[in-house]
Amino acid sequence: MAEHLAIEAQSLNLWYGTFQALFEVDLQVRAGIVTALIGPSGCGKSTFLRSCNRINERLGYVSTTGTIKVLGQDVYGEQVSAIQVRRHVGMVFQRPNPLPLSIRDNVLFGHRLHSGKRVNKADGDALVEEALRQVLLWDRVKDRLDHKATGLSLEEQQKLCIARLLPTKPSVLLMDEPCSALDPEATAAVEDLIWTLRGKYSILIVTHNMAQARRASDECVFMLMGRVVEHSATEEMFVAPKQQETADYIEGRFG
Amino acid sequence: MSSFDGFSSTPLEQRNNSVQQLVRLLFLTITLLLLIPAVATIVVLIVEGAPGLSLEFFLDKPRQNGAAGGIAPALVGTVWLTAGALLFALPLGVAAAIYLSEYAKDNWLTRAINVAIVNLAGVPSIVHALFGVGAFVHFMQFGKSILAASCTLAVMTLPVVIVATRESLQAVPKAFREACWNMGATRWQTIWKVVLPNSGSGILTGLILVVSRAVGETAPIMFTGAVFLRALYPSGVFDKTMALSLHLFNVSTQVNDVPRHVPFAVALTLIGVVLAMNAAAIALRMRLRGRKKW
Ligand SMILES: Nc1ncnc2c1ncn2[C@@H]1O[C@H](COP(=O)(O)OP(=O)(O)O)[C@@H](O)[C@H]1O
Ligand SMILES: [Mg+2]
Repeated sequence: MAEHLAIEAQSLNLWYGTFQALFEVDLQVRAGIVTALIGPSGCGKSTFLRSCNRINERLGYVSTTGTIKVLGQDVYGEQVSAIQVRRHVGMVFQRPNPLPLSIRDNVLFGHRLHSGKRVNKADGDALVEEALRQVLLWDRVKDRLDHKATGLSLEEQQKLCIARLLPTKPSVLLMDEPCSALDPEATAAVEDLIWTLRGKYSILIVTHNMAQARRASDECVFMLMGRVVEHSATEEMFVAPKQQETADYIEGRFG
Repeated sequence: MSSFDGFSSTPLEQRNNSVQQLVRLLFLTITLLLLIPAVATIVVLIVEGAPGLSLEFFLDKPRQNGAAGGIAPALVGTVWLTAGALLFALPLGVAAAIYLSEYAKDNWLTRAINVAIVNLAGVPSIVHALFGVGAFVHFMQFGKSILAASCTLAVMTLPVVIVATRESLQAVPKAFREACWNMGATRWQTIWKVVLPNSGSGILTGLILVVSRAVGETAPIMFTGAVFLRALYPSGVFDKTMALSLHLFNVSTQVNDVPRHVPFAVALTLIGVVLAMNAAAIALRMRLRGRKKW
């Protein structure tokens, strides 16, 4: 059934020029849960994420075969606009990258891009409050919405980067090592946040941190050298991995 | 046992130290010597020119071919020419810089254009003057006019606007662009909402450079729109006009019996205009810099 799949990749191959980064990737990410994507550096995790919102094609020298469906629709289909894909598939980066604007303008940025008309003050305020409440940031920043977002702490910046995706009502959130620039406390805070967003959004999170993958995901996908090696419930993968490579990686024997 | 004989300095180290002191002193002297002509110029200009400055000098029309009276038409003409040059050079230069930095693919054509721009910046102004005569005065049939002279100045200063703007666009962190693109912004939305507002200082640098050159150059305007004497203010872009730089050339070499302080006063005014414009732009740029923080 397509409805309960957020992302469905079928025989996805991807080349940067002549270098093949993804090989025959078949992956089904279920809707409404948190799926962790793990694997050694350079195995293609970011590449896969960037294929889901078609940002890879900006590079000009990337070619793909196979399909990626988001919510049942092929994102590389003929009638599909990459801009609409990016509106429904939000991306969070390793380094928090708020825009050099006020907190309020950051939250409303995506909404303004897509709504086409000016957002009136009251609607804007409501959207900002709702988004910031969802990322547990409202109480901390409600008195300084006009301050520059770049003055916030890294943890707050990362939460803001999640918040600014929400007003356009995305269904899928892609997070590429969202905690790796944060200290342990901030990491825990962002993990908690991700857990509270579970259910409302389908979340695919790349992480290098095994403990984090184990704590903060329902299902887990292990990639190695551009291929998906194993995909199972997180507990199962950590307790009883089916593949030898998975076991080796989880136990830190390589990568 | 290693041979450790304390931390006192060795003869070799002492020699290295004295060489280093000597080099420092030498370079300091060279720097100070180089400053002398610049400082001397300004001092001489002030000493010799200041007696010639007065309200009448700025507000009056030239009399006796410039030997007496004031410089008002030249001052006004320079403002027209500079404003005209800015009007063409800034928008076109910024547009070209945006294209080169944000849209153009990195291929041989783009690289060739970039090299050409850098080289164009080094073309002598007399060559631009001849181009201006051919292109604007004759081909476009603007005649010898403010319009033709402004266009010539604009063409001459375009490369510096492009280079300064392009550099400031490229200094805007890639992460901002990525944030925008991943939210579904088009290239233009990204440029308009994020890149341009954060490259104001580079655009201002371009502006300073255009103004300084447009105010100071003589050759490009002398064949395309500026005249030695015209006691009228320009009434439109097809008029000819006086200009400060050409007036300076005029009173210092072309007219007899000019009181000694007149050319100095004109030169002092010329430098004053450039410095004032630059100071304003630098102050504005510092305010922009202070606001930006990432
Ligand atoms: N823009 C790019 N151009 C060329 N090769 C790239 C690019 N991005 C990534 N790669 C290559 O693709 C492979 C997968 O990279 P990536 O998806 O970033 O891995 P991961 O996120 O798992 O560390 C690596 O070998 C990397 O060198
Ligand atoms: Mg990566």
